[in-house]
Amino acid sequence: MSQFRIPGKGRVKHDEKVTFSFDGRRYEGLRGDTVASALLAHGIHLMGRSFKYHRPRGPVTADSAEPNALIGTSRGAGRFEPNTRATVQELREGLMCESQNRLGALSFDLGAVNDALHPLFPAGFYYKTFMWPRSFWDRLYEPVIRRAAGLGRAPSEVDPDRYASRYLHTDLLVVGGGPAGIAAALEAARAGVRVTLVDETPEMGGSLLSDPEVEIDGQAAWDWLAAALDELRARGVRLMTRTTAIGYYHQNMIGLCEKLTDHLDTLPENAPRERMWRVRATRVVLAQGALEKPLVFHGNDRPGVMLAGAAQSYLHRWGVKVGERAVIVTSHDSAWHAAFDLAEAGTKIVAIVDTRAALADELRAEARVRGIEVLAGHTVTGTRGRLRVASVTVNPVENGRVGDPRMLHCDCLLMSGGWTPSLHLFSHTKGSLQWDEASRTFLPGRMTEDCHIAGAGRGLWGYLDALSDGAEAGAAAARALGHAVEPTGFAVAHDRPGTGESHKELPTDRRSHRVRAFVDFQNDVTAKDLRLAVREGMRSIEHVKRYTTNGMATDQGKMSNINGLMIASDAVGKAPPEVGLTTFRPPYTPTSFGAFAGYKRGATFEVTRATPIDAFAEANGAVFEPVSLWRRAWYFPQGGEDMEAAVARECLATRGGVGIFDASTLGKIEVAGPDAVEFMNRMYTNPWTKLAPGRCRYGVLLGEDGYIRDDGVIGRLSDDLFHVTTTTGGAARVLNMMEDYLQTEWPDLDVWLTSTTEQWATVALNGPKAREVLDGLVEGVDISAEAMPHMSVAECRVAGFRARLFRLSFTGELGFEVNVPARHGLALWEALMEAGKPHGITPYGTETMHVLRAEKGFIIVGQDTDGTVTPDDAGLGWAIGKKKPDFVGKRSLARPDLVAGGRKQLVGLMTEDGAVKLEEGAQIVLDPDQPKPMKMVGHVTSSYRSATLGRSIAMALIEDGRAREGETVHVPMPDGVVRAKVTSTMFYDPDGERLKL
Amino acid sequence: MLLIHCPYCDQTLPEAEFAYAGEAHIARPEDPSQLSDEEWRDFLFIRSNLKGPHFERWRHVHGCARFFNAVRDTVSDRFLLTYRAGEPRPDLSTPEAAQ
Amino acid sequence: MTRYSAFAVVKNALTGHKGWREQWPDAEPKKEYDVIIVGAGGHGLGAAYYLAREHGITNVAVIDKGWLGGGNTGRNTTIIRSNYLYDESAKLYDHALDLWDGLSQELNYNVMFSRRGVMMLAHNVHDVQSFQRHVHSNRLNGVDNRWLSPEEAKAFCPPLNISKDARYPVMGAALQMRAGTARHDAVAWGYARAAAARGVDIIQNCPVIAIRRGPDGAVTGVDTAKGFIGAKKVAVSAAGHTSVVMQSAGVRMPLESFPLQALVSEPVKPVFPCVVMSNTVHAYISQSDKGELVIGSGTDQYTSYSQRGGLPLIEHTVAAICEVFPIFNRMRMLRKWGGIVDVTPDRSAIIGKTPVKNLFVNCGWGTGGFKATPGAAHTLAHTVATGEPHPINAPFTLDRFRTGRLIDEAAAAAVAH
Repeated sequence: MSQFRIPGKGRVKHDEKVTFSFDGRRYEGLRGDTVASALLAHGIHLMGRSFKYHRPRGPVTADSAEPNALIGTSRGAGRFEPNTRATVQELREGLMCESQNRLGALSFDLGAVNDALHPLFPAGFYYKTFMWPRSFWDRLYEPVIRRAAGLGRAPSEVDPDRYASRYLHTDLLVVGGGPAGIAAALEAARAGVRVTLVDETPEMGGSLLSDPEVEIDGQAAWDWLAAALDELRARGVRLMTRTTAIGYYHQNMIGLCEKLTDHLDTLPENAPRERMWRVRATRVVLAQGALEKPLVFHGNDRPGVMLAGAAQSYLHRWGVKVGERAVIVTSHDSAWHAAFDLAEAGTKIVAIVDTRAALADELRAEARVRGIEVLAGHTVTGTRGRLRVASVTVNPVENGRVGDPRMLHCDCLLMSGGWTPSLHLFSHTKGSLQWDEASRTFLPGRMTEDCHIAGAGRGLWGYLDALSDGAEAGAAAARALGHAVEPTGFAVAHDRPGTGESHKELPTDRRSHRVRAFVDFQNDVTAKDLRLAVREGMRSIEHVKRYTTNGMATDQGKMSNINGLMIASDAVGKAPPEVGLTTFRPPYTPTSFGAFAGYKRGATFEVTRATPIDAFAEANGAVFEPVSLWRRAWYFPQGGEDMEAAVARECLATRGGVGIFDASTLGKIEVAGPDAVEFMNRMYTNPWTKLAPGRCRYGVLLGEDGYIRDDGVIGRLSDDLFHVTTTTGGAARVLNMMEDYLQTEWPDLDVWLTSTTEQWATVALNGPKAREVLDGLVEGVDISAEAMPHMSVAECRVAGFRARLFRLSFTGELGFEVNVPARHGLALWEALMEAGKPHGITPYGTETMHVLRAEKGFIIVGQDTDGTVTPDDAGLGWAIGKKKPDFVGKRSLARPDLVAGGRKQLVGLMTEDGAVKLEEGAQIVLDPDQPKPMKMVGHVTSSYRSATLGRSIAMALIEDGRAREGETVHVPMPDGVVRAKVTSTMFYDPDGERLKL
Repeated sequence: MLLIHCPYCDQTLPEAEFAYAGEAHIARPEDPSQLSDEEWRDFLFIRSNLKGPHFERWRHVHGCARFFNAVRDTVSDRFLLTYRAGEPRPDLSTPEAAQ
Repeated sequence: MTRYSAFAVVKNALTGHKGWREQWPDAEPKKEYDVIIVGAGGHGLGAAYYLAREHGITNVAVIDKGWLGGGNTGRNTTIIRSNYLYDESAKLYDHALDLWDGLSQELNYNVMFSRRGVMMLAHNVHDVQSFQRHVHSNRLNGVDNRWLSPEEAKAFCPPLNISKDARYPVMGAALQMRAGTARHDAVAWGYARAAAARGVDIIQNCPVIAIRRGPDGAVTGVDTAKGFIGAKKVAVSAAGHTSVVMQSAGVRMPLESFPLQALVSEPVKPVFPCVVMSNTVHAYISQSDKGELVIGSGTDQYTSYSQRGGLPLIEHTVAAICEVFPIFNRMRMLRKWGGIVDVTPDRSAIIGKTPVKNLFVNCGWGTGGFKATPGAAHTLAHTVATGEPHPINAPFTLDRFRTGRLIDEAAAAAVAH
């Protein structure tokens, strides 16, 4: 048995040992321990080093507000996490822990040299120095600062764990499983409300777990607790432990992070480590209790100096005495009870030092009974001890004068500066906080959400008040939900109500610049730093916080904010609310990235859309490229071909015979109804009225700003039905835009829009032999050149499937696009492959598609246009219906800058040396010898090696490009200037002879 | 995540089902060609960007797919009311609207 | 102004740091100023500083509804870069970068400008084309930016996942070496101190209720919570609240204000040497000198002044970071916060004159205002002092929304096709 463990005491399992290691040494603890309680049971307080001065530190709390005892925790490969609070991490078999932020051993940290030099490092010192010589900042100062900063080391391996997320709808969410929260849940559940009760610790009960002497309704606290939890369970209340309410979002949406495996000895197969719950609650009760405040005095950060309430928790919950000889220093009654409980357990209470002169008689009497010396009206002016507090100096204070010191030997110093309501979640709602001068604390003010605050969170103290207030909050919530209810009362015996006073720094007899009284332990911010900040003109708490880093540690100011505010407001000379309170931000406690990411990881980070023909590409060795959410076959390498070789082969095969291409990702929209043609006329630049059923047209869609948004071939199937195709990435956007105009601008038009992208699988056949391949498979339509000319569409059957067959070409070759219901896509593909075998049919991917279309000068919206290109810029002026009075974007085309000269126009580019391929994105200049910054006249939008032409080709947007046809322009590259001639964009078969096959 | 009442579905549903669609009651002019450059700029780009009750459009994109109008307080993000596209702009000064 | 130096720190260390004076006085408004700047962020304070230093105009007040530096200056992810595509943008941001370079020394305030490199990841063929276009354009504009292979990117930033099996594989990256980060608060404080030392009044907690105009239409001053303050010229530099302030002068703006969220992790020892941006997955990350991973996300979809922002967007941002840097999965988020960013239709800023005589505006910085701070401040000061724009901010007019001469960086990045 460890020296400081009291046999049989606490809620730990004394018969179940758990071994763990700390800095490589093995220790034994008990089931139910935290790392901190287990180490304290071995008499170990030194658990970490502070951020700036590397001062030795031990736990100051027993909960999630811990600023000091941060450790690295690990359970093997990939499962390491830094900055774990030892006061929260439950012991598990084999848990490996390491201390942080030290150079050398924890007990002999070379980094502590900073502590010796502390006068050089006051708040904000780095703003005033490290400026000379200038070049040293990057090379010396900053690297040194960065290495010194940080706490733990980052993980270095990929996390093998899973994370989950769920939605939950509940009538009432109660945050905090202490007496107020339990009373609220009980009251509401009894009224028939669906309740969810959450608590961040492994066990419901809150402060009751640390106060077993209290009696509620005639039962001992822990018996009452067990019965209450049984009743809650019986009434169907969802009880969630190890579950932190991390953030309070709009309209009562609360994020909960539930920890599922960090406390388990062995990991269950496939169990998520944490689960993020997005809870939508009709009402919320916040019963988060209060946080005990440290006192601010010289040496208040030494290991062994701890909050009195924490010591009480270690005693009652974990059966651990935090020391043999304790001095209590307090400004609140609550610490007296901690002292009495420790005394009962055998810790020698050297003295109770209270800053107040006037003390309750009962407290004095109880101290007298236990033989505890009481020093009323005293202050603490210092502590001693290198790695653990060994003595404390106390002085009487009379009329503001600090009297003679007296040294008290001890091995722990338990402090309490009173309590501050935990209003973090309330603060997330942007609810206002009100300063209460009587209790010198902030209380909840105006609510912005449907919530109630109960118990210590509203500044109430004592169990009777907490229970009654909780029940009232539960009843109020139930009433708001339409249930009639009168809250039940409670009878509480051995209650521990109390009062206290609030402080800035404690008075001292030391010279002020020699006082090191810590306010933010982790960030090493002292009261002196705060006063310096105010002296330097930082008059708002937000400035003080940022200048000193007070409250910016991983406890988010839970320990430091209120003390910091008291000191700052004293220094400014204004009341605390005028100096302000910094806003608390989500999450309530630090929360794993993994929990936020949840399932959005790897393949499920975002869906990958695959076409019905994807399986063929996969089986035939295609290399894929991501295009918006799709994956598309990029090219089909054969026998070790690289991309260039594969693409050259695919291009030649298509132009020489027949190629087959999966075009299923193209967006498809059906525009149907009596007014379909009018709608098309208004949306697209082109005229549609005269397009006969059975024919197609290339359509251009602009934004209202006049720039090209999308394009595609559009077939008219009947008078009142258009089959619109869009770019792959544009499908959803175009439909949204069409719906917007149809629903809100032209509701008078009788038109229906339907997305059919997923309904059709689309296979493109291109090449002089395309018709031969298709011939035997088509039923119901004559596909001869005469019967089905270029830019036609027909409904028919292909390979036995109902089909919409387009004759169109994005390659310049004879081309067909066969649309069949998606479920038949693969079968169609295979039938075409089979039929094409005698003709050497060749599957090709998106890269070949890009090359073939570029050879013909067809644009890709988004590549050859960039959202600043008009139809005329792109050489598509012909696609504008000149006689149409209006269409989307038309008015913008007449704006001064869109009709001005010098616009960039799409042209072709041929490098003088056809073996040289320009880089896409390369910039074009007229004078390559000019100095930088150069006058650039355009850029290369598309560039390929054309196997067909045996040379490179490119397209470019160039100022007044069409007028420069025939001119030579220059493309300055890092390794030399490339000369290129401006040409037409039509590199191959400019007269379109091949389409006429 | 906001909760939004779709006036077509008559259901209050999470923001994830909806897409914001900009300020409301900016009608496309009947004949844009008659507008001066300044007027056309105002239609295209000028927005009230109010701090407080803001008339705006949403689309129930993962539901009925309808566009509708809403008044939302841009300070609290709370919706004051939603109504169907085409309905007149509500007068917020009336007592019913104020509720 | 007490001069800051290592020597001064040592000297003060011996005397308990009693010798430090306030960095700027909390001024009460005078009756009239030559120039009033609305908005005491980095841009507004910087403009006041440059008005005083470069143009000798010191009868200047900077007025803010809250505390100086409390808006987007103190809420951003501090990324500084200039590798923009269009000549206009590249020149403006590169001008800012030049000023960043000596800013600590100029202000005698260490703003910790850290040239650690900003790397922009390409995740698909379209990104590659777009970023290479940037690289080429920047090269000819004399702006540093170079192309890295996935392996080179990984060598520069070891936590990067360059597995080809990733949902969004890294296909390359554009790296601007001169780019980096700075300490955001120090920028506001440094400008405030230097401006105050030249006689500028900084008036905090004084909301501007309206801009007042005279019978001739010209600006005469501002009505504030502390009463009317006269001014010969007024410049509005109020970020998300610019529309509201300008509306009071009868000027309607092409702006919308959106929530933008950012977050930091718990601090850890140096693990992330540079800044990485991924537009495709919408995530931006660096590590502060304090050790926190600083992560930015995209804007929420709706306009808002609530500074709240929703959980889903943050979940997406963190997921994106873990996707690109899977070793960070077990890191913990320490806090997240929201700002209000004012966005123009072409995502570029407006710095210049307005239809109202002697009223100037600097706004529309969207998610990218911090990096421009010295450049925006410098050119705004020039415009206010001379009444005409500096050549660098001349293209960033309000009038471009009439003529159509937009500077559309976002459109130029286009969308996947």
